[in-house]
Amino acid sequence: MSDVKITIIDREGEAHTIDAPTDMNMNLMEVIRSYELAPEGTIGICGGMAMCASCQCYMLNLEHMLPEKSIEEEDMLDQAFFVEDNSRLSCQIPITHELDGLEIRIAPVSEE
Amino acid sequence: MIKTDILIIGAGPTGLFAVFEAGLLKMKCHLIDALPQPGGQCSEIYPKKPIYDIPGFPEVMAGELVDNLMEQITPFEPGFTLGERAENIEKQKDGSFIVTTNKGTKHQAPVVVIAGGLGSFEPRKPPIKGIQKYEEKGISYFIKDPEIYRDKKVVIAGGGDSALDWSIFLADVTKEVSLVHRRKDFRGALDSVEKVEELSKLGKINLITDAEVVDLKGKEKLESVLIRHKDEARGEELKTTDYFIPLFGLSPKLGPIANWGLEIEKNAIKVDNSYDYQTNIPGIYAIGDVNTYKGKLKLILCGFHEAAIMCQSAYQRINPDKKYVMKYTTVSGVNGFDGSKKEAKREVIKSIN
Repeated sequence: MSDVKITIIDREGEAHTIDAPTDMNMNLMEVIRSYELAPEGTIGICGGMAMCASCQCYMLNLEHMLPEKSIEEEDMLDQAFFVEDNSRLSCQIPITHELDGLEIRIAPVSEE
Repeated sequence: MIKTDILIIGAGPTGLFAVFEAGLLKMKCHLIDALPQPGGQCSEIYPKKPIYDIPGFPEVMAGELVDNLMEQITPFEPGFTLGERAENIEKQKDGSFIVTTNKGTKHQAPVVVIAGGLGSFEPRKPPIKGIQKYEEKGISYFIKDPEIYRDKKVVIAGGGDSALDWSIFLADVTKEVSLVHRRKDFRGALDSVEKVEELSKLGKINLITDAEVVDLKGKEKLESVLIRHKDEARGEELKTTDYFIPLFGLSPKLGPIANWGLEIEKNAIKVDNSYDYQTNIPGIYAIGDVNTYKGKLKLILCGFHEAAIMCQSAYQRINPDKKYVMKYTTVSGVNGFDGSKKEAKREVIKSIN
């Protein structure tokens, strides 16, 4: 099996269950972008380097299956807004088989 | 008034390489950038990060790439207006454009090239309702003149170097300085973190951790901020203050360019990629991450390619009566505006022949 099912709740509250490939070296932010679940320019602005927090998501389940936060991710979340205990930067989460059934919600975008 | 052949807005890798391509065609460039140094995102956000997809460089640090590009364009003597944001554009009767920055610097050129990457970097504003109401009335996102805060009460929010450094500096200037941070840990330089802790123990910095500023109060100007503690038992506290300074880093925005009448799609400028990367306004081009077209890839190397193509078109626009003949630098060398000349050694040419 090379795809896993992930449910992503977009910023309008609509849930999308999508197939995410495990064999393309993608991360969760790139999957969200490829399915166009958030407007261009509002997600993954830094390109996935944990440097902008525009891809912040709330992990609704399977948190224990995710890789631990790196210092960079922790630091970036430190500067981000709307941060909750289950916040993660989706660019730091590679798509693996363990994530089958993951449910997430995309964090709001800051009205700057 | 600064006059040039090609005015480039954005001094990131694409803008810098455009100077080289223009230089080969004997066109002079001037660059405007909102940041105080060239290099764009590479210098500002990730100078120490390695890049792996620049042809010929198995690995190169972003900052090193910028240094190399700067060296490469030195013979073409580009001009720079740094630390200023391109604000307005006006088309002149002769077809040229005058671009004015937020500081009033005027530039005139027959060709304008937007190489703005993700846009200009602006302070990230916390999502606090009504924050705009108090901007310039007690809220600042930059500290320009610390003397403004002398003997005043100041609340700083953030956990990075800027928040730490300014808290330290203002500890001796203000009547009271409070530093509000979401966590107990700080991600700034160790020295700064230790200094803040020391000043906190001495009572010179009021350190409020595991807390956030969530609301602002005041009539004509800011009078107090509402701080919410993570610890529910501590709840919320209203803190009187003269100033609130949120320091949460920078965020890229398209900025005033969005109002220039250019066709915008998905926060990027639409261009004619089948021909020359020109926008819907003749004479204005957009190259690199700032543009969009079917199949667009936001890669530095694509920006380089677009810069080369754009320069051919710009040459024809500036020199309508001259016929352009493409030359390879391996054959023609590189003749800089500073009188420098670089060409392959004769024996190398001989061996190729």
